[in-house]
Amino acid sequence: MKEQLMKILNELRPDVDFENETALVTDGILDSFDIVSLVGEINAEFDITVGVDELEPENFDTVAAMLDLIADLAD
Amino acid sequence: MLTNVLDYLDRSVTLYPEKIALSDSKNEATYAEFGEKSDAIGSAIIERSGTKNSPIVVFIDRNIESVISFMGIAKSGNFYVPIDRQLPVKRVELIVETLQPKAAIIWDKDNRILDEINFSGERILYEEAILHKVNADALNAVREKSIDTDPLYAIFTSGSTGVPKGVLVCHRSVIDLIENFAETFDFDDTRVFGNQAPFDFDVSVKDIYSCIRNGGSMHVIPKLFFSFPAKLIACINERKINTIIWATSALRIIENLNALEKTLPETLKTIMFSGEVMPNKVLNYWRNKLPDVSYVNLYGPTEITCNCLYYKVDRPFNDEDALPIGVAFKNTDILLLDGDNLITEPGIKGEICVRGTSLAHGYYNNHEKTAEAFCQNPLNKAYPELIYRTGDLAKYGEDGLIYFVSRKDYQIKHMGHRIELSEVEIAINSLPYIDAGCCIYDKTNEQIVLFYQSANECERDIMKDGTKLLPKYMMPNRFIHFTELPMTKNAKIDRVKLKGEYLDNDKD
Repeated sequence: MKEQLMKILNELRPDVDFENETALVTDGILDSFDIVSLVGEINAEFDITVGVDELEPENFDTVAAMLDLIADLAD
Repeated sequence: MLTNVLDYLDRSVTLYPEKIALSDSKNEATYAEFGEKSDAIGSAIIERSGTKNSPIVVFIDRNIESVISFMGIAKSGNFYVPIDRQLPVKRVELIVETLQPKAAIIWDKDNRILDEINFSGERILYEEAILHKVNADALNAVREKSIDTDPLYAIFTSGSTGVPKGVLVCHRSVIDLIENFAETFDFDDTRVFGNQAPFDFDVSVKDIYSCIRNGGSMHVIPKLFFSFPAKLIACINERKINTIIWATSALRIIENLNALEKTLPETLKTIMFSGEVMPNKVLNYWRNKLPDVSYVNLYGPTEITCNCLYYKVDRPFNDEDALPIGVAFKNTDILLLDGDNLITEPGIKGEICVRGTSLAHGYYNNHEKTAEAFCQNPLNKAYPELIYRTGDLAKYGEDGLIYFVSRKDYQIKHMGHRIELSEVEIAINSLPYIDAGCCIYDKTNEQIVLFYQSANECERDIMKDGTKLLPKYMMPNRFIHFTELPMTKNAKIDRVKLKGEYLDNDKD
């Protein structure tokens, strides 16, 4: 799952060091256009629906948080 | 007679001293505090710069202090130039070179940028300026000498050539705009504006001055909330925001994320949008979720002070329909010109040209570019009269309303057909799986190139569904998929960048 997510992230923003950033959203590294694209990709790739309730900064600040979110929604 | 936007502020300070005028996520200011702090800043500038009708740079943020600084600068008899401190230093340097400002309102952290560009003007710290002793005599002397054609602000727009141009706008043009907004859209002191547009983008001019003129309130919404709409909706409801004047792209993001799925904003009365063509697919999403809100499509470039045309959405539209840009504001005349000829009959395309008080003075320190865009009205041979040529094409519909067609340079001749690329864009953007798309014509290879953003590559679907909406000759010949289209600073699709990177460079 991580591999698929990293592929999406690296294609979306090749300039960002996703492994080591811990505040992707809070620090403004990902902007609203990034989030829109990212959510679309995650939904399609993992066959889930990230709803409004899951769209919270803490779910997108780190790769680990995104993986948790995807795992939760896939259940 | 109203000759200065500060007359608005004075009036609201007198009528609503205890009312919250401005708020952001951390701070707020009543009208009385707004008045006092801007008096102090104005006094500090008069003492330290001693200039009049000169540029004063402000390093802006998503906060109320930016707006208080603007009014302080106006009180000093100078004009403000908002600069986003996130801009590349090189661009800040270009702007400063154009302006040669004698002073800047800054925060401690901005010294680093100013050192890097060897800024030689006065550095006035905001936090010190608001504590400066108010010099009422000096402020009054400045006000008595001011006239309504004195400049209020300069906002930099990216020139197609890459050199930013500072559009210089005077008090009278802003008063013209804001009086029109109050009258046309029934703005009064119950209005709570939810500011989305950054302060270096002229969409925010409408929020700021509509708030001040009407004794309303303005809440500066954090940028982060536009990525996380649950927070955005909660913010609208908590702050009881009832009026939003946003970039089209901000409304599009909400639709893309299906963010109105569960909780709705409950307090909204008026939603206005501008900056890019509003796809009816996006607007219909909003209209279905919030049917009782008034929606207004606004059109206009920075050079004519925000907007010159408006359309109050008053009937249903299909997703693939074009939304009118409507009719001219009062005291503004729109000429559709084909070269120097006036177009009056429906269906014929012409360049949108604007006549009136709303015209900016021009581009600061750039006579050449000013003369290109602000030129003599060709229909008037008898006396000097300027019009602004927008470079946008439009036509009258059978309903008498004006419809945006495209940028002048989007009209192409392809395989013998005259095609408006924006027509292709409207069709493609109406497809449910497309987040956003734009077309550029590749002259060298005679191809319509579609740049589109969607979750997955979907060339086959676009071909299949697109031909139901468009004749075959209008369909794109080349498809370039993006998970994310590049955007300009003003949240528009960055066509210049796409053209530069993906097309063989045919100089035109």
